Amino acid sequence: MIGRLVLAAATLALVLLPMVAPLYYVLLMLPFMAYAVVLLGLNLLFGYTGLVSFGHALFIGIGAYAGAFLTTHTPVRSLEVILFAAGVLGAVLAAPVGALCVRYVKIYFGMLTLAFGMLFYTFLLKFYRLTGGDEGMRVLRPSLLGLDLGAMPKTDYLAGPYYYYSLGILVVAALVMWRIVHSPFGLCLKSVRDNPAKAEALGLGVTRYRWHAFVISAVYAAVGGALLGPPTGNVDPTLAYWTQSGNIVFMTLLGGFASFFGPILGAFVFIFLQDTVMSVVPYWRLVFGAILAFIVIWAPGGLMGLFARAGAASSSRA
Amino acid sequence: MTRHLVNIVMSGVFHAAILFLVAAGLQVVFGVQKIFNLACGSFYALGAYTGVSAVGMYTAAGGPPALFIVPLVAAGLAVGSVGWIVERGLLRFVYDRDETFQLLLTFALVLMMEDLIRMTWGTAPQSTAGLYLVYGQARLLDATVPVYNLIVIAASLVIALGIGWLLTRTAFGRIIRASADNREMAEALGVNMGRVYARVFTLGTALGTLGGALVIPATAAMSEMGIELIVEAFAVVVIGGLGSMRGAFVGALVVGVLRSAAIAFYPELEMLLIYLIVIAVLLLRPRGLFGGAAA
Repeated sequence: MIGRLVLAAATLALVLLPMVAPLYYVLLMLPFMAYAVVLLGLNLLFGYTGLVSFGHALFIGIGAYAGAFLTTHTPVRSLEVILFAAGVLGAVLAAPVGALCVRYVKIYFGMLTLAFGMLFYTFLLKFYRLTGGDEGMRVLRPSLLGLDLGAMPKTDYLAGPYYYYSLGILVVAALVMWRIVHSPFGLCLKSVRDNPAKAEALGLGVTRYRWHAFVISAVYAAVGGALLGPPTGNVDPTLAYWTQSGNIVFMTLLGGFASFFGPILGAFVFIFLQDTVMSVVPYWRLVFGAILAFIVIWAPGGLMGLFARAGAASSSRA
Repeated sequence: MTRHLVNIVMSGVFHAAILFLVAAGLQVVFGVQKIFNLACGSFYALGAYTGVSAVGMYTAAGGPPALFIVPLVAAGLAVGSVGWIVERGLLRFVYDRDETFQLLLTFALVLMMEDLIRMTWGTAPQSTAGLYLVYGQARLLDATVPVYNLIVIAASLVIALGIGWLLTRTAFGRIIRASADNREMAEALGVNMGRVYARVFTLGTALGTLGGALVIPATAAMSEMGIELIVEAFAVVVIGGLGSMRGAFVGALVVGVLRSAAIAFYPELEMLLIYLIVIAVLLLRPRGLFGGAAA
């Protein structure tokens, strides 16, 4: 009950935010919503299937560069087409990569995904004729729902139509993911996570389930990645670097991987805290590293876990 | 042509000598503590910066240039004691956790160390100007190779043999191998596991910091050097096999020489080739070329 109220309040706040908050914070919400989409997918793999990918930045890169390539090299400007293309490309690439990776679990899965991620990063860096090398590529302003908004001032475009478009994508992505994890398929993933031997004995194709989760999470990452490009107007290879993969796992853990909305909360706190820390000192990594160490050692459930613990403590006292 | 080839091989072997030290640190920690230490690249960077500072102070104090390697190595080894602090202060809390959390804790270290280095030494690259060629150049077939490179290669070989001796011939080495094989049994036989872990992690850290210190006369210390090296060290241990010292040795040679050959012949391929090999090894021989061997 409380959960639903919080969720309704949060959604309402997201809708009203551009009307009340300063422009700076509205613009900061754009990467948050893009990462939230990425993390919804990542957590299907991490929280629900029990596989930690250290190379998921690969698919963020795929989505971001798909948008850059389409807007600069082809006449395509429609964001719907870009998101669709990013998702399809993510799936097409994740199918073989995932099929190879899910043959392993734990540390070997992590290493294999890391290797694929770095392979793609090096590709982005070295094949500069196609990708622009370390300078990256420009992303031209996409049209939304067939409306060409090219004449709008940039900040109006981003804080208005683009904001609500991203919010719409995030809501749809969350609803679809909610259906996925609460479907029989989602239950199977959890059983594969908790006891693969038993799941296999019950007739579930464990590897196939892991593979499906991998591909779905890659599609989410690519769509989220495509949303990252337009706000800054360009993409570069650091989007696909291994530390980026580490950061998104960090965001998931920060919010709480055991909870559906945990990763979204994690992305929000990560981005706004990073901004706050950086406005005071340039050393955000030191602060964030300390936070991550604290979470790993003392609060593995993340913020959601802390809330749940606080809630349980107060209700047992009452 | 010979000169070209010798140059490629020698610069590859020099890089391999450094990579071996860092990868050996990664291997000994993984072998005993079963933790894949992403921060080994950060220790490498820490060793490099400390080396620059130590040599700078030494030069300012008027020490003879020919002996700069003494403060360099001493600083590299001394700063390895950071490993003891990290192990006792952080890592010891997570030994019974899922390896994902252990990996993320070392990622937290990567983040913290990167900024600690920036805070201490700033963002500008630092180097030990002019000391690289103090020992002159040696002629090798048709090519000239800096003598310093040969010293580092020799030192790395000596350290490799030293580690082999430590692991196979000493009481501490037997305890390390026993702990790697069967932690409970070793503990039941009276091994103080906390102390072994602290020592092993310090040893691993010191190998990384020493590698960083030794590379520094040949290049400049930069704040990204750690996160860049870790992916190469990662390639080394995957190719060689996680936990295997012989694997680290062979893997370092493969990565070092291939990388310098790729840079010379087809720069686009550089690390691309390495990652392709890593993926091939992981898929075909997930335990690496020398996997399965103890520590």
